[in-house]
Amino acid sequence: MSYRNDPYDPKQVALLDPDALAAAVADAEKAFAAAADPDALTALRPAHLGDRSPVSLARREIGALPPAAKSDAGKRVNEARRAIETAYAARQEVLEREQAERVLVEERVDVTLPYDRRPRGARHPLSTLMEQISDLFVGMGYEVAEGPEVELEWTNFDALNIPADHPARGLMDTFHIAPSEGAEGSGLVLRTHTSPVQARTMLTRKPPIYVVVPGRVYRTDELDATHAPVFHQVEGLVVDKGITMAHLRGTLDHFARAMFGEGAKTRFRPHYFPFTEPSAEFDVWFPEHRDGPQWVEWGGCGMVNPRVLRACGIDPEVYSGFAFGMGIDRTVMFRHGVSDMRDMAEGDVRFTRAFGV
Amino acid sequence: MRVSVSWLREYVDLPADLPAGDLEQALVDLGIEVDSVVDLRETVTGPLVVGEVLEIEELTGFKKPIRFCRVDVGAANGTGEPQEIVCGARNFAQGDRVVVILPGGVLPGDFHIGARKTYGRNSNGMITSAKELGLGDDHSGIIVLPEDTPAKPGDDARPVVGLDDVVVELEITPDRGYALSVRGIARELSHALGVPFRDPADIPAPGATAEPAYPVEVRDTVGCDRFAARMVRGVDPTAQTPGWMSRRLTVAGVRSISLPVDITNYLMLELGQPMHAFDADRISGPLVVRRAEAGEKLTTLDGVTRTLVPEDMVICDDTGPISLAAVMGGETSEVVASTTDVLFEAAHWDPAMVGRTARRHKLFSEAAKRWERGVDPALPLVALEKAVRLLTEHAGGTVGTEILDLDHVRPRTPVTLPVDLPSRRVGVAYPPERVVELLEQVGCAVTRGADRLGDDPGETGVAAAAGGDVLSVTPPTWRPDLTDPADLVEEVVRLDGYDRVPSVLPTAPPGRGLTAPQQRRRAVARSLAERGYVEVLAHPFVSAELADQLGLPADDPRRPAVRVANPLSEEEPLLRTTLLGPLLGILRRNVGRGQRDVAIYEIGVVFHPRPGAGAPPAMGVDRRPTDEEFALADAVVPDQPRHVAVVLTGEMEPTGWWGAGRAAGWADAVEAGRTVLAAAGIPADRVTVRAAERAPWHPGRCAELLVDGTAVGYAGELHPTVVATLELPRRTSAMELNLDALPEAPVVSGPAVSTFPPALIDVALVLDESVPAAEVERALAEGAGPLLEDVRLFDVYASEQLGAGRRSLAYKLTFRAPDRTLAGEEAVAARDAAVAEAARRFGATLRGA
Repeated sequence: MSYRNDPYDPKQVALLDPDALAAAVADAEKAFAAAADPDALTALRPAHLGDRSPVSLARREIGALPPAAKSDAGKRVNEARRAIETAYAARQEVLEREQAERVLVEERVDVTLPYDRRPRGARHPLSTLMEQISDLFVGMGYEVAEGPEVELEWTNFDALNIPADHPARGLMDTFHIAPSEGAEGSGLVLRTHTSPVQARTMLTRKPPIYVVVPGRVYRTDELDATHAPVFHQVEGLVVDKGITMAHLRGTLDHFARAMFGEGAKTRFRPHYFPFTEPSAEFDVWFPEHRDGPQWVEWGGCGMVNPRVLRACGIDPEVYSGFAFGMGIDRTVMFRHGVSDMRDMAEGDVRFTRAFGV
Repeated sequence: MRVSVSWLREYVDLPADLPAGDLEQALVDLGIEVDSVVDLRETVTGPLVVGEVLEIEELTGFKKPIRFCRVDVGAANGTGEPQEIVCGARNFAQGDRVVVILPGGVLPGDFHIGARKTYGRNSNGMITSAKELGLGDDHSGIIVLPEDTPAKPGDDARPVVGLDDVVVELEITPDRGYALSVRGIARELSHALGVPFRDPADIPAPGATAEPAYPVEVRDTVGCDRFAARMVRGVDPTAQTPGWMSRRLTVAGVRSISLPVDITNYLMLELGQPMHAFDADRISGPLVVRRAEAGEKLTTLDGVTRTLVPEDMVICDDTGPISLAAVMGGETSEVVASTTDVLFEAAHWDPAMVGRTARRHKLFSEAAKRWERGVDPALPLVALEKAVRLLTEHAGGTVGTEILDLDHVRPRTPVTLPVDLPSRRVGVAYPPERVVELLEQVGCAVTRGADRLGDDPGETGVAAAAGGDVLSVTPPTWRPDLTDPADLVEEVVRLDGYDRVPSVLPTAPPGRGLTAPQQRRRAVARSLAERGYVEVLAHPFVSAELADQLGLPADDPRRPAVRVANPLSEEEPLLRTTLLGPLLGILRRNVGRGQRDVAIYEIGVVFHPRPGAGAPPAMGVDRRPTDEEFALADAVVPDQPRHVAVVLTGEMEPTGWWGAGRAAGWADAVEAGRTVLAAAGIPADRVTVRAAERAPWHPGRCAELLVDGTAVGYAGELHPTVVATLELPRRTSAMELNLDALPEAPVVSGPAVSTFPPALIDVALVLDESVPAAEVERALAEGAGPLLEDVRLFDVYASEQLGAGRRSLAYKLTFRAPDRTLAGEEAVAARDAAVAEAARRFGATLRGA
């Protein structure tokens, strides 16, 4: 403001000289180029674009010019300032990009460092397989039925057509429950198979019945590589009108394919179970066996014995059914190449961890 | 059952070149499991020849007498010169023919025979015993061939000693008693291979005579519905069992004892009829067949004196019981070396009675095994005829003309079978002629006629299609297992072939998926696994001492336990009442195997006996039990709630390059409990955690977990005494929770989410350290009112400045209004109200105030 009324002074007007402006631009460009980082560049800003910078001072001189010269000088000053600002912005962008890149390099880490700070646990393969099988059948419309592990002799044996003196009962190697004091027998056993759940299911549900029964069962076998006193079964029970052995076979074929791939198939061998008639054992063709593709004994099955239906209050004149069951421990063994039953019973975390969550 | 194929071939025309694999497949297709097929021709390889002993030189000066023999082996040794062999056995003489294995031969057990120097002589081969050839256990001497053996020195010895045979070992299912015989297996093979069968029982056998072979009275015709006997007098007691018979017995695993006994065993194997041979001179007075009297004693052939019960059946003479009927004979009447008069007995016994007696006395003889599974009641006279023929043929003597046969066997009732039932049950269209053909093949008598159905409405599972044809089927005497229409259906599908059953997938009605408890169990299992716990499936057997080791008080409900009557280990007769015992055992095993950091869990049932339950009521199977009857029985079944438990030791978070790890402890156990409850869908605001004292936990480090005020589980660090007693790592921690005690997971109402900014205020309260943090938090929440969105404890601090027994709890409070930005004074007022409530309840003061 103080210059406004100053008399014309050619010395001062020298700042508006085109060469002087060009020199200011060149100076700025040179200085900006020398700045090594955004901070250094910022520090240069007052000298080249601030109030006391040559272009700012030059602008003040415009007022001293004759009106005819003002427009031309103003244009020159503006151009110079714009040039400096452009140079500044360009340099700023370069420096900021360089800095960002430098940070990325500096922040590099070794991503291969282990970080098992919260180790995962694992599910037992027997549980997982029982759930998988249950899910497969649930997907087909079945429901999952369960029953007690200490079971009535009646449901474990009698209702399944295994009367007290039947040799099949002797073959079951049963754990009996001790009677309470004074009583002769407890009438209780540790269930020898999941089949008592068949009886309980038929006693409590009306046909059509489509259930799958996973669970743990007991036999008086010492624990060794191929036996265990506690093991696991899954069985299926269907009671409906017009059920045939062909339906049993179709169900097991479907099951086998779902478990072991499209190449799987089943084979029936006549067998004897008191609770089914006709009865069969079934093998599955297992292409992935570690000793090469082969038939593997898988389980037992058959048409529900009409005597069982009758004992459970289902009219065998109207309904028929099939049942099948297999050892889950054995299935895990051949499916996963486990050679020792103890590995599944002893709870060594190194074994179970291999199967993951 | 082990049987040689040559024996089977006597009765069924097996193809001469039948490969072992085809034989096995045929048996499997019949439902007879094959344990092994052993081709005896392959058990001994190399030159095994007949030799004749020319010279014996006794060598002395050794620990035992040794013989140096020169044996004529014909041209088998390539020279024709006598073979020089050293032999340790002495049961042979010059001129005897023996079985020699020459150098280059291999005996079972990969025993290679070579020429070697022994006892100062060169021995070029070996004279063999039956045991060395794998033919039995007889190692008392080398095999001396009978004089009539049609073989000369140098001949292959295999056919001579029965090493040219194939032996099958079969697993017979309990319904097929008839297949425990050559007769039964041969018959079955004839069905499978379509070749002729000759019934070994199809011989003329004379019937009962007016005079009995021996006076016998049967007092219980239910237990013994047939008793037959014949006598042979004046036999040569020194007569030997013929070689062919002892070979067959050996192959079957039956020891040769004496000719009369061997004959009974031989016929049992051939026909399936167990028999007994008495020394007639060692019986006094008439025989009586009756139930035993309580406390009666009998010393059976195995030398064991047995105390009998009134359900057992015995054969008695004047001296009392001389045989445990159908199971095992007695010592006093058995055939001995001097026996000249032999009384053969062939009877028919009640299978259930025999089964019970065998189990009671733990006497699972070959005879008992057959009786229990059912024996053809038509056999006794045939078996006796064969027995007397064999005995007189080999030991002379005279067969008594009197034949005893007390026959109370009831005729079979026919089974009514709708002719379409096999098709309806199996899903294969069997023409009626095919059904009849197959049933007749197994020996059934079949008559057709629709009228039968009306006669016999009692049969079940048999309703024929309207106007359907029915068959009246009388099963053969040797098939007591065929009683129901379903049994006949099985015969049809079995003989027609299981491989003909097509594959058809049935369509189930829509199901309801997994139940809520099933889904909950899976969620809990997965959550714990994700949290670092490894699932185990422990056996539930525990010791009686465990309750003491866990420090359970005398009246603890976990003390009464279900007891196994026949445990595998007498040390572990009880079933777990808590998951912790077995789980801690597994933890200890893992630590013992070098694992330092162990965190494991189990989901499983525990067993609580029903006090005073007694025995369940007897229920039949001819009808459904009523709901009341079954409920009464079910009330006896122990309570079996499903629990979840974790145990842990070592580091929960390991030490690593990031810094120090974190030791597992009580807090992890409590957190595992909260994890379970969260996974089970229980909202946090319905869960209470409070201090509790409960074994086996540390009294100062045990939390009780409650849902809606009901205790559902406990967690914390184990009591140091328990840790020491069970030899666990220090500070082992545990959680156990009853999943079945949890209420159903509610349907969660979605909270209204405010979009206005929160006001955050920290408060640090100083109060007595005995005040539980959970209570303080509740006081703050209740005091602050609805504006409080969240309260979080972020620091716990104690110092001398605060004073002994005092601590500071620092909370971060988040306030927010649903409908406006909260004014500062509003948040402060709520904070003040929260602090005031904590002050009112617990005397808390603001730190620094």
